[in-house]
Amino acid sequence: MKEIYLDNNATTKVDEAVFEEMRPYFCELYGNPSSMHFFGGQVQGKVVEARNRVAALLGASAEEIIFTACGTESDNAAIRSALEVFPEKRHVITSRVEHPAVLTQCRNLTQRGYRVTEIGVDGEGRLDMEEYKAAIDDDTAIVSFMWANNETGVIFPVEEAAALAKAKGALFHTDAVQAVGKIPINMAVSSIDLLSLSGHKLHAPKGIGVLYVRRGTPFRPFLVGGHQEKSRRAGTENTAAIIALGKACELAAKYMELENNQVKALRDRLQDALMSGIPHARINGGTAERLPNTTSIAFEFVEGESILMHLSELGVCASSGSACTSGSLEPSHVLRAMGVPFTCAHGSIRFSLSRFTTDAEIDTVIREMPPIITLLRKMSPFGREFLKVKG
Amino acid sequence: MWDYTPTVKDHFLNPRNVGEIPDADAVGEVGSLACGDALKLYLKLDDNKDKILDAKFQTFGCASAIASSSALTEMVRGKNLDEALAISNQDIADFLGGLPEEKMHCSVMGQEALEVAIAKYRGEPIPAHDSEHDHGHAYPEYEGELVCKCFGITDTFLKKVIETNKLTTAEQVTHFTKAGGACGGCIPKIKELIAQVLGEAAALPRTRPEKLSNMKKMQMIQEVLERDIRPLLWADGGDLELIDIDGSKVQVAFRKACAGCASSGNTARMVESKLRDLVAEDIVVEEVPA
Repeated sequence: MKEIYLDNNATTKVDEAVFEEMRPYFCELYGNPSSMHFFGGQVQGKVVEARNRVAALLGASAEEIIFTACGTESDNAAIRSALEVFPEKRHVITSRVEHPAVLTQCRNLTQRGYRVTEIGVDGEGRLDMEEYKAAIDDDTAIVSFMWANNETGVIFPVEEAAALAKAKGALFHTDAVQAVGKIPINMAVSSIDLLSLSGHKLHAPKGIGVLYVRRGTPFRPFLVGGHQEKSRRAGTENTAAIIALGKACELAAKYMELENNQVKALRDRLQDALMSGIPHARINGGTAERLPNTTSIAFEFVEGESILMHLSELGVCASSGSACTSGSLEPSHVLRAMGVPFTCAHGSIRFSLSRFTTDAEIDTVIREMPPIITLLRKMSPFGREFLKVKG
Repeated sequence: MWDYTPTVKDHFLNPRNVGEIPDADAVGEVGSLACGDALKLYLKLDDNKDKILDAKFQTFGCASAIASSSALTEMVRGKNLDEALAISNQDIADFLGGLPEEKMHCSVMGQEALEVAIAKYRGEPIPAHDSEHDHGHAYPEYEGELVCKCFGITDTFLKKVIETNKLTTAEQVTHFTKAGGACGGCIPKIKELIAQVLGEAAALPRTRPEKLSNMKKMQMIQEVLERDIRPLLWADGGDLELIDIDGSKVQVAFRKACAGCASSGNTARMVESKLRDLVAEDIVVEEVPA
């Protein structure tokens, strides 16, 4: 069965060109870039090139790029560093809809005596800037807001938030894992101090991430024990993956316009057709500014895992904000924070597209989705009452 | 992705007996929209009002909830009411070739709907639960104290599920009933309930038999290890495995936290004294290196 992959916010296909770029660095050019011989040195040159390519996509300079193992490591490193830099400050600000990579760490901090403020969002998933302004004070060590939400694609005003943090003397970190490669980012004209990205969300392989640290921003390493990354992240470089990420960033810059036109048009066509073809559905965060590739649609009175399993039978890969897919029992913390009613939260499906998504694939989903929802609603004990109430 | 058996997938993709029975004799409804799954079970009885002629269901929930409902309707058809009541949630899971532990609450929901339907039909007291409530109760309100406020589950119900399924950890209780799965505030209380149930099981009067055949002795040794000893070790993150029984010599190996634990010698003596109390006076426990 050929897959129709609409789960690109979970992970992406490694671009063939990216794979070709990294291929020689396993069995042939396997040298250690730190070595004092030509064999390591030629790899060193490619790592430098990769760093430049990543920096170019971000509008950063090469020395501001630290390679890590994943987005989660970058998030952890950023927040830990800020707390070590400002040992006297005991307050951290984040949002209620962060990825667990940030949220779990922040919640753990409360057990170590930190004050942690989780800023809420409105019904469309937009950050409550007033609550943020009221929460930030001189005791705030770091503010960490995601650039774009993984479940809804809603974009936060991180630049505005970063400027406010700067004025208060706090560091500002953004988990930009979902944003990098999908929307333009320019750190050259930014107040953001720290930024995390993850390779496998932009057609590079899994196991490679970046922490951007603005020049002049004090930083304490998370991993120690080696001189790599200018002693800011010890451990032998994952050379093949770093080289792959460099290529992926170069391609992301090249396809940025396509992502915001063609991919967005496909996304819009998909969500418009589903909204008009299926009654009692709503787009989570539909009126907020969103990533061009993401749509999260809530289908009332059906449960997400059942929808996904039916889609999966047809080769369609999507994701849900449903509790039942994760093993936890509460529907997604993002949808709950948005106040999405329980009737919808359990039946929310996220479609996330990429530049590899085709018209024909979108046609298939538009055709197959309505009968699945109808089938499950017919099976539901709420179906009848639901039709009575809603007609 | 969940590792669903082919039977689960089949009953999800081709559910048997979906729908309503307008003139049903018995109807049982559990769960709510807020809880993420709900099941309405309809039973039609024969003229003697004893045998289940037809069973249908309507379910809102995940794949395993739908499959469990479908399985349940297949299992009860043709049974009389008492036979149907003997079906346990484990029977439903077994019928499906097993369920992931995180999904066992789906089988519990099926068993529960069946119990409610029959109790209501027989006019036995089950306080109506408020299914209109925004965050309604997952299970009909059993008598007893509300433990899990998120899913509306009482201590009476939890103790029943803990006992029937021999649960020993709070995590298992969440997987089987959902209790503790949302805010987690009731997890300490769930742990207390487990301790109570285990305590009650241990407190049952048991005496060492006068005479034992070899076969019976081996059986009893296994029973005591399963029922009395392993749950105690689990509580400390440890475990043991029975390696061999040779006459009165019982060989065990310690696992997990018990393996290599400095006090495993004491644990072995504890096992020995328990076996001597409950099975035979001459038992010797030997520890086999893990």
